Parts: sequence; C-alpha cells; structure tokens
Amino acid sequence: MQIANQVKQLIHKEMLLEWRSKYALNGILLYVVSTVFVCFLSFVSVPEKLTWNALFWIIMLFASINAVAKSFLQESKGRHLYIYTLVSPVALIIAKTLYNSLLMIGLTLIALLFYTLVFSFPAGADMGMYLVATVLGSLSFATIFTMVSAIASKAGNGGMLMAILSFPIIIPVLIVLIKLAKNAIDGLDRSVSLDDIGLLAVINVLVMAVSLLLFPYLWRD
Amino acid sequence: MQKSWWKILGAVLVIYSTIAGLLLGVPHLDILNETIRNLYFHVPMWFAMIVLFSISVFYSIKSLMYTNDVYDLKAVEAINAGIIFGVLGLITGAVWAKYTWGQFWSFDPKQNFAAISILLYFAYLVLRNAIDEEQKRAKISAIYNIFAFPMMVVLLFVLPRLQSSLHPGNGGNPGFNSYDLDSRMRMVFYPACLGWILIGYWIYTIRFRIRSIEHQTN
Repeated sequence: MQIANQVKQLIHKEMLLEWRSKYALNGILLYVVSTVFVCFLSFVSVPEKLTWNALFWIIMLFASINAVAKSFLQESKGRHLYIYTLVSPVALIIAKTLYNSLLMIGLTLIALLFYTLVFSFPAGADMGMYLVATVLGSLSFATIFTMVSAIASKAGNGGMLMAILSFPIIIPVLIVLIKLAKNAIDGLDRSVSLDDIGLLAVINVLVMAVSLLLFPYLWRD
Repeated sequence: MQKSWWKILGAVLVIYSTIAGLLLGVPHLDILNETIRNLYFHVPMWFAMIVLFSISVFYSIKSLMYTNDVYDLKAVEAINAGIIFGVLGLITGAVWAKYTWGQFWSFDPKQNFAAISILLYFAYLVLRNAIDEEQKRAKISAIYNIFAFPMMVVLLFVLPRLQSSLHPGNGGNPGFNSYDLDSRMRMVFYPACLGWILIGYWIYTIRFRIRSIEHQTN
C-alpha cells in the first residue's frame, strides 16, 4: 500500500517536472519530426513496405534512447540521495518505468501519426495490429532503457556507456518487433503474430522482474 | 592426484574426441559429407561457453549478496574464459559454413544472434573498464551480468527457432538426433562435450588464480 502511494507520488513528480520544463517532450518531438523530414527529403518518393517499416523503427530506436536515457542520467547525485532517503527503491524503479512507458507510448503514437502524414501508410496493412506492435515496442524500449540508464548513470559516464550497454540488449527485442510490424504491414492473419506478441510480453515481464530484483542493489551506494 | 582427476579426465576426453572424431566412421549424408565431424568441435564450444557464463552469473549473484572481491574476480574470469569459447564457436561455425553454405558469413540468423550475444559480453568488459572504484565496479558489473544473461538465452535459444535459418536443428532442418541413427556419433559427441566443458573450467580456474595473485600483490 505504501509502495503504491510512493509510486503515485513519484509519477506525479516526474510529470510535474516534465510539464514545467517541457524539455524532453519538445526536444524529442522536434527530433522525431526533423528526422522524418530529413528522411522524406532524402528518399524523395515513398519507400517500399520493407524500408517504410525499418525506417520507422530506426527512428524510434534513437528517439527512445534519447528520451529514456535522461530519466536517471539527467538527475544530480544530490537529488538521487534525497530520493533515496524518502522512498523505497522498488517504488522508484516502478515509477520510473511506468512514467517512461507512458512517455514512450505517447511519443511513439505522435511519431507514427507524423510519419504516416509524410509517408502514407502502406495499402492493405493491418492498422490495428501495427498499433499493437508500436505500443508493445514502446513498452519494451521503456523497460529495458530505464534499467540500462540506471546502470549507466551509476557507472558515472553517461551517454557513451548507455549506447554500448543497451544496443546488444535491445537488438533481440527490435528484431521481434520489426517482424511483428512487418506481419501487420503485409496484412497477414492476426493469428500468425500471436507467437511474437507472446514472446515480447515474456521478454518484458522478464526484464521487469530482473529490474525489480536488481535495482535495490544498484540504488544502494 | 586426487584433486586433479577431473583435469586428467578432461584432457583425455578432448584428446580421445579429437582423434576418434577424425578417424571413426560417420554417416554419409548429402552436402554435409565429412563436415559432419565438425559437430564434435563446434557444438562443445557453445556448451562450454554456456557453462562458463552460468558460473559467472552464479558468482555475480553471490558477489551482490556478500561483498567479497573473490566472487567478482571469479565472475569476470569465467566471462573471459567463456568469451574464448564463444569466439572459437563462431570460428568453427564459420569454417563449416564455408564448405556447406558456401560462405564464411552468410548472415544466417543463428550466426548473427551468436555474434550479438558475444557483443553483450564485450559490453560487460567495456563497462568494467569504465569504472575505477573497485567495489562499485564489482556491484554494477554484477548487476549488468545478471541482467544480460536472460537476453543471451533468448538470443541463442529462442530467436533462431522463430526465423528461417539454415543451421541444423533450426527452421525445420534436421538436428543432431536425426543424423546418428547408428549412434556411432554419440560415442564421440558426449565425451567431447564433457571434455571441453572440463577444459573450459580448468582454464577459468587457472585464470582466476593468476588474477587473484595479481590482486594480492597490488
């Protein structure tokens, strides 16, 4: 009960901080929009299905690394200590992951909207399934990158380490995601994709469980 | 003598499996022909790697529970020895692929995922080098090691089964069990696996002892 209350307070705090500065949201939105625009200028014509899909996920990969990395890297050591004295580490990692998941889902949906405005959605695609893939993708990005950014921030040498540590971990997830999204674009029957959805769900639950177990050790200095 | 029986066993088994693997009869199959003997050298490398990485995770968990330098040294040396076997597994696989698939590296899912999982452990070593403070390094690298292990399992055992791969045992291709109908291969394969795992463990203990002597003299 106490943890639930702490999680609520922490998420409230994150949202309040974000709303005051609007730094991450605007920055990331500008990043996504400008990347899509650059792609549009360099591709000139609408790319074929396969490239369309791959391009979207590459844009999302880099946008989400930038969006989630700040969750631990941006905060000062003093603030870490202050939070440490107030709340339990389990509450903190749950709150950060939930907040990042919400942020990522919002960001991905806006990015998808803008992306489909510039490069029209391929004909014959299963729109609902593609949305499921993007939501699952943002959840996986959020859970994995939150934990890795915590590790990188404790190691004390920010962005560089974040990329090295997170890429090998995110690649298996990304491969399943691209496959799932491609099934949706090809308009395959939904029963074909159930395996991939299950696998992604299992990976997410696994990562979340391992994070909950390990984070208290990481947090205690 | 009593303590080192497993070292002798490991050495004997590896020598036996190398000689018997090259000389004993094997089933004659199309495309594979004599390259089927690579089974005795390629597959044990991965088994040895998995065993060494499992040892490393075990000591990482211990080093998180009880703060002790020894556990951290054991974890990192198990990974160092495991990486050697992983790289050897990649090389033996690539040489085999040259004679059966036509290319050393044909971007088969199994090859790619194996390379990525080795990359995971290179990232672990980079992470270690990035942290100067000893206790902090032990703690953070143990956490990353435990975090990475499930991903390695997914990469090596789950994902290749979902994609179309040419690798035996994946994507509907016949695996090891359907080749050795006369069970001649089993006589060499199982000793080879056990032998290479023992040799891998031996390498790890030697590396650990060197590391701990260095650690004490510093």
